[in-house]
Amino acid sequence: MDRLFDAKWKLAIGGVILGLLAVILAVGGNPGNMAICVACFIRDMAGSLKLHTAPVVQYYRPEIVGFVCGSFLIALATKEYRTTAGSSPVIRFILGFIMMIGALVFLGCPLRMLIRMAAGDANAYVGLVGFAAGIGTGCIFLKKGFSLGRAYEVKKVNGFILPALLVIGLVVSLTTALFAVSESGPGSMHAAPILALVVALVFGAIAQKTRACFAGSLRDVFLMKDFSLISILGGMFAVLLVYNVATGKFHFGFTGQPIAHAQHIWNLLGMYAVGFAAVLAGGCPLRQLVLAGQGSSDSAITFLGLLVGAAFAHNFGLAGVAAAAATETSEAVAGGPGTAGKIVLICCIVVLFIIAATNLKKSDAKS
Amino acid sequence: MADYIEVDVRGLSCPEPVMLTAAALKANPGKALKILASEAHVRTNVEKLLKSKKVDFTSSEVGSEYEILTK
Repeated sequence: MDRLFDAKWKLAIGGVILGLLAVILAVGGNPGNMAICVACFIRDMAGSLKLHTAPVVQYYRPEIVGFVCGSFLIALATKEYRTTAGSSPVIRFILGFIMMIGALVFLGCPLRMLIRMAAGDANAYVGLVGFAAGIGTGCIFLKKGFSLGRAYEVKKVNGFILPALLVIGLVVSLTTALFAVSESGPGSMHAAPILALVVALVFGAIAQKTRACFAGSLRDVFLMKDFSLISILGGMFAVLLVYNVATGKFHFGFTGQPIAHAQHIWNLLGMYAVGFAAVLAGGCPLRQLVLAGQGSSDSAITFLGLLVGAAFAHNFGLAGVAAAAATETSEAVAGGPGTAGKIVLICCIVVLFIIAATNLKKSDAKS
Repeated sequence: MADYIEVDVRGLSCPEPVMLTAAALKANPGKALKILASEAHVRTNVEKLLKSKKVDFTSSEVGSEYEILTK
């Protein structure tokens, strides 16, 4: 199993498989250019749990359960499961919160950014510039000695809690009407729950074995000229591009894109915050779910930060609004974040600089 | 028995383990390193770095952790 993804071409094939799994969810009914979006799906989950009440983004997404549990099961099966905690958990909560605010201003996590890029959404390329700049900023602090400190082994039960809670929530969502479900909007568009769960379980397992990470991919290129992780994204992008072109879903441009807006500066700054925070946290939102699945309580705390960030984003109107053309009953919407969202996002970026600057240590392998 | 320079990367987030190992290689040319890691993916990443630098090594599990010895 150790040698399964030990070369760039094998990692690229892993990316191809991840891309195919995303295509299954796109065909299965997930929203436009949102076959998989970790941030959006956690936001939908927050809505279903009524942590926010935005009616169009409420659905207990089985994909989130699948990502965590797929990683959990494969890590157990391959003896890579290890329960750890204690590496600056509160700071990681804040980093999760900020990643979510940035992602929801842009309208997507790095994974959805890639999916949008493969469908020709030019706004996502603007987001990529911001994301890369954020990762570059994080790398500068890493080179200066940024560290959130060590995690230590803790009792095994700690690592079981998040997968168990997610599964219990899924059972409740499938068997009762307790959780909210959107009747219109992105939350109402979804693949069949069992299909979504099975696909996500496989996706989570492959992501665990390949160490797939959108922030780590660019970070490794910037810091070490290592193109291993980015080859996963290359494979995934190629599959999604072929799918979009073959099915006539590829439309290059800034306007007319599903669940997106063309407020360039805010797309750029939103993803800047995500990239910066993800480097400081040691991984993008997807990677945080995978790490939480393989036993990291610190990443489980980051997940909680993402969940609470989603609740704040919609309770206080911080998230970007999707652009929309005029209809007979409504005027055209330019979209993007409102004033509150812009101010909070800038505050989040300031907080990232404070976190980065106050967690520098001298380079010492033994400290 | 070789005299190893210890690089303890246990419990650190990515990419610190690889950065610390690379820094130790650079600071101690020709000397043997003992790298202590706690996570399987960290072991994989450190091994990948050593291969890219053409450094011979042996890797073993010690309890629930990993020990990588360079030659």
